[in-house]
Amino acid sequence: MAAGAAVAEGLFVEDGEAVRLIAGRRKADGEMRFPMPTGADAALFEPVTLAPKGALWSFTVQRFRPKTPPYIGADDEKSFVPFAVGYVEFPGQVIVEGRIVTDDPGSLKIGQPMTTALQTFPTSTRGDVVTYAFRPS
Amino acid sequence: MTAVHIVGAGIHRFGRTPDMSGLDQGVHAVREALGDAQAEWSDMQFAFGGSSAAGSADAALPRLGLTGVQFINISNGCATGGSSLLSGYWAIKSGEFDIGVVLGFDKHPRGAFNADPEASGLPMWYGETGMMLTTQFFGMKINRYMGLHGVSAESLGRVSVKAFENGARTPHAWRRDPVDLETVMTSQMLSDPLTKFMFCSPAEGGVALVLASDKKMRELGLKGPKVRGAAVRTRPRGSFEVFAPSLDVERGLAPTQLASVAAYEMAGVGPSEIDVAQIQDTESGAEIMHMAENGFCADGEQEAMLADRVTSLGGRLPINTDGGCLACGEPIGASGLRQVYENVQQLRGRAEGRQVEGASLAYSQVYGAPGLSAVAILEA
Repeated sequence: MAAGAAVAEGLFVEDGEAVRLIAGRRKADGEMRFPMPTGADAALFEPVTLAPKGALWSFTVQRFRPKTPPYIGADDEKSFVPFAVGYVEFPGQVIVEGRIVTDDPGSLKIGQPMTTALQTFPTSTRGDVVTYAFRPS
Repeated sequence: MTAVHIVGAGIHRFGRTPDMSGLDQGVHAVREALGDAQAEWSDMQFAFGGSSAAGSADAALPRLGLTGVQFINISNGCATGGSSLLSGYWAIKSGEFDIGVVLGFDKHPRGAFNADPEASGLPMWYGETGMMLTTQFFGMKINRYMGLHGVSAESLGRVSVKAFENGARTPHAWRRDPVDLETVMTSQMLSDPLTKFMFCSPAEGGVALVLASDKKMRELGLKGPKVRGAAVRTRPRGSFEVFAPSLDVERGLAPTQLASVAAYEMAGVGPSEIDVAQIQDTESGAEIMHMAENGFCADGEQEAMLADRVTSLGGRLPINTDGGCLACGEPIGASGLRQVYENVQQLRGRAEGRQVEGASLAYSQVYGAPGLSAVAILEA
């Protein structure tokens, strides 16, 4: 189970067992964006919860520790564990980028079903936080 | 309509030059370009120039001469050099000016570019959780392309091998040693499927070009390739660009496709007529995708073209004859102008050791953040 405060407010909601991302739909033309815009643009959008499942659109594996800043992972160059990251398409809605939960990035295939999940992300500045992620269904 | 020619070209070698600032390298390039055109700085009626990380381009003025010339600094992301060229092209084509210079230079710190979420209008968590990396974007973009169009990882490797082959023949290149396919494929994996030898690095360098109207060119007794078409375009809705937490499900065209079509139309030529091309190769996947986006092949045909060395020196359409970004590195302000410099050398028959014999139409395309592309088509 993921534990800790959310990495940011308003990214996702828990819906029973399911996790749904919160995107924004522009009232004028229906264009959808994740995350839901904040600030001056927020009034132009309405929040929409995405389906809990989608399909893997593309992916890669982050093989080296990202630069700090902006990365705040609690790991260092030595303890860093490569992680998969990719885009998941929620049909008819939007394609969203996120970290992928898998022990075997080599087995990922474009088009495979994915489920939105929560992941504990240990940080160097804020302790453990919870972020959204995708895992193979 | 006034025709625009490139009558002088100068470059400071790309790579690392610890004892010279970016500005020094830009000034070096301008002096070389003026010498090539047998012109004086005081003859220049305008200048457009840019650098991304090495200060204002017009800091070159006290070094070149305080002649009162109008000098406009250009800042347009990775298409800064292409935008300077386009500005100079318009200045002459409009009939307002007869001769001027465009320049670009840069000097970046080592390693991947730093990313600041807020400067890109993105939420902090996007960078904090490790998703704001250009390398990641390139990996995901080519991974999807390979999946859709049947391009193999070996093709990515072949692009790099070709780049280092060509770089070894190019005096202004940074990487001057050939690298074999196995070394490319087994080098450190950075962002699957892209290895270390498939990525270019931030670097240093300077390029300058002297542009003149056809009338001025004749008056001065000069020669030089004609700019047949030039265009800059930005990302349309649905294009896949760097640092995008989400994408439209309805996919659209890439900025390169828009710039390419516009430049071909201006030039009145098609991709099959191009003899030599310099296209953006931030990483080897970019060259593969840009082969199609610039109209040189259909999606997926790259696989056979690379295996058959169609885009190598001696092939039907040599691409990135000076080794491109992979062998020259990427000083952002200078990179687009380097491509044009190489095409000028090719069209004037001066590309010793890498000359495309009889080249008469040359194409260049620079692409980058935040999603823009600049194309120029030159004729000998």
